[in-house]
Amino acid sequence: MVESLLMYLKVLLVGGAICMIGEIIIITTKITSARILVLFLMIGAVLGGFGAYSYIAEWAGAGATLPITGFGSALAAGAITGAKTNGLFGALSGGLIATSAGIAVSIGLSYLVALFVSSKTKKN
Amino acid sequence: MNRKIGDQTFELVSKPTIIGTGCFVGEKEAYGPMGKYFDGYSSDDTLGQDSFEKAERKFFERAINIALRKTRLKPTDIDYMIGGDILNQLVSTNYTARDFQIPLIGVYGACSTMSESLALASGLMSGGVGKTVLCLTGSHFSAAERQYRNPLEFGNQRQTYSQWTATGAGCVILGSGDGPKITKIAFGKVTDYGVSDIANMGAAMAPAAYQVLKAFFIDTKTIPRDYDIIATGDLGKLGSDILRDLLMKDGYYLGQNYMDCGHSLFNSEQKTFQGGSGAGCSAIVFSSYLFEKLKNKEINKMLLVATGALMSTTLNQQGETIPCVAHVVEIMNLKEKVNG
Amino acid sequence: MNNEKRNQNYLKYVEQKSPKASWFKSLFHAFLIGGAICCFGQMCGDIIKSYFPLMDILLIGTWINVIVITLTILLTAFGVFDKIARFGGAGTIIPISGFANSISSCAIEFKKEGLVFGLGAKMFYIAGPVIANGVAYSLIVGIVYYILQILAVV
Repeated sequence: MVESLLMYLKVLLVGGAICMIGEIIIITTKITSARILVLFLMIGAVLGGFGAYSYIAEWAGAGATLPITGFGSALAAGAITGAKTNGLFGALSGGLIATSAGIAVSIGLSYLVALFVSSKTKKN
Repeated sequence: MNRKIGDQTFELVSKPTIIGTGCFVGEKEAYGPMGKYFDGYSSDDTLGQDSFEKAERKFFERAINIALRKTRLKPTDIDYMIGGDILNQLVSTNYTARDFQIPLIGVYGACSTMSESLALASGLMSGGVGKTVLCLTGSHFSAAERQYRNPLEFGNQRQTYSQWTATGAGCVILGSGDGPKITKIAFGKVTDYGVSDIANMGAAMAPAAYQVLKAFFIDTKTIPRDYDIIATGDLGKLGSDILRDLLMKDGYYLGQNYMDCGHSLFNSEQKTFQGGSGAGCSAIVFSSYLFEKLKNKEINKMLLVATGALMSTTLNQQGETIPCVAHVVEIMNLKEKVNG
Repeated sequence: MNNEKRNQNYLKYVEQKSPKASWFKSLFHAFLIGGAICCFGQMCGDIIKSYFPLMDILLIGTWINVIVITLTILLTAFGVFDKIARFGGAGTIIPISGFANSISSCAIEFKKEGLVFGLGAKMFYIAGPVIANGVAYSLIVGIVYYILQILAVV
């Protein structure tokens, strides 16, 4: 029980801290959301490429895998795993295979939902 | 002949009268402090249309119909209309003109369109081109948002210095007869002080208002205190404060008689941060609140200085800063004394 | 006075004149919402684990992502997500929910321009750069690793 609570505390701390760093960058540099996403993705990919991100993910669970940095590291780590098992073909396809479920759901479900929903005007 | 005074100002000889106005706004605007002055509002800001661009056109249509009804004119009585909007290729104005079959001069002045079309129309009329002319502009929050910023459902935080595009259209009909008259006009120079943040429109546009107002005061040898009201378009609270500071440096003090249409459009509970923006701001506030005060002779001498940020999202992404422009229109209730 | 100097002075003046967002408040909101989304993900992971104890940790991570993405898209469709985001700021953008929201909000917004050039093309207006960059990085990492493998470095 204590262990599981401790885990959640770690998730909250790491997840919250990553978001907080994002907020600091947004406030100080005023960059747009798309840029901040790309920036964090890149950081994640670099950390993932050097194998460092998996340690953070092991320690903090969803606190590290859910932020977009986790997505970036999964892309890099996937490519490495692919290169190990399937050679050049694996190196080319590994990243997308590792993240394919998330991308497919994002695109596919958005497409389906958009067929039925229209954007609503905002009150504030 | 119309007379040019100084560098940028023209004094009109035959002064056109504002014979009637009409405006139609969205729900948020109607619940704001100016709410009771508007001619009509709709709580459904799509007005039954399937896209926000088409809805904006409907707002234009309703504003024109209200103005025509108030002045008892038919579309065929209008010689031509001058107008614009902030959507690409002035779609709302063009399609409205198609539906009404009134000859159109489309102008793009971004949010300065109201004073730009009033100035152009009165200059042309003073030169004998047209007897009854309609000026039209407006904006729509949702249509502007999807063209200039992000999709409506996109989750991000709005900056504390940002403004809220007003939903609404205003229409002003110029003719002859009794009523408030347009006496002087001044076209502004495009001014760019290097602001590139598209959320900070007020800071980008304030220098443009400063440029043209200063030129106007010098040309006409007046000071801000000579006017009952000086109304800028959509500088918002921040932009107005900057304009005050800029003019103050040159010794022009904007006092209680200064207002900003955008800032006065919403109250602080409506979470618009600096207030309203968009071409609709000056259009709806001028065609309702300000015109009513002019008509009731509560104010007799005013300046309308709508400011426009002539930005393009493409050029902004290429790293360009935001060029801005503002135009001054002097409106007076002329009594016995002629030529103000 | 030359324009460049004037502009520099003006921008400095604007910067100091513009109202600032409260640092503490925005950071706290980002931390809270971001942390909460991650904790929710962890909870989903624990539930999955209790039913499928043998499931691979990477697969559980993928499932967590899929669940959060699905919920985000549904919240976006109901017009609720942007209200949470207005409160949470980076707390909703940085987790995978920001990515899902950027795709679904664009899809919903631009479907009026048709299914091909509207929905199909413009749904990647914001998320496109993320996918493009991501795939490019993964390709570079993969090829570099492959070459290092051949050179027997790793």
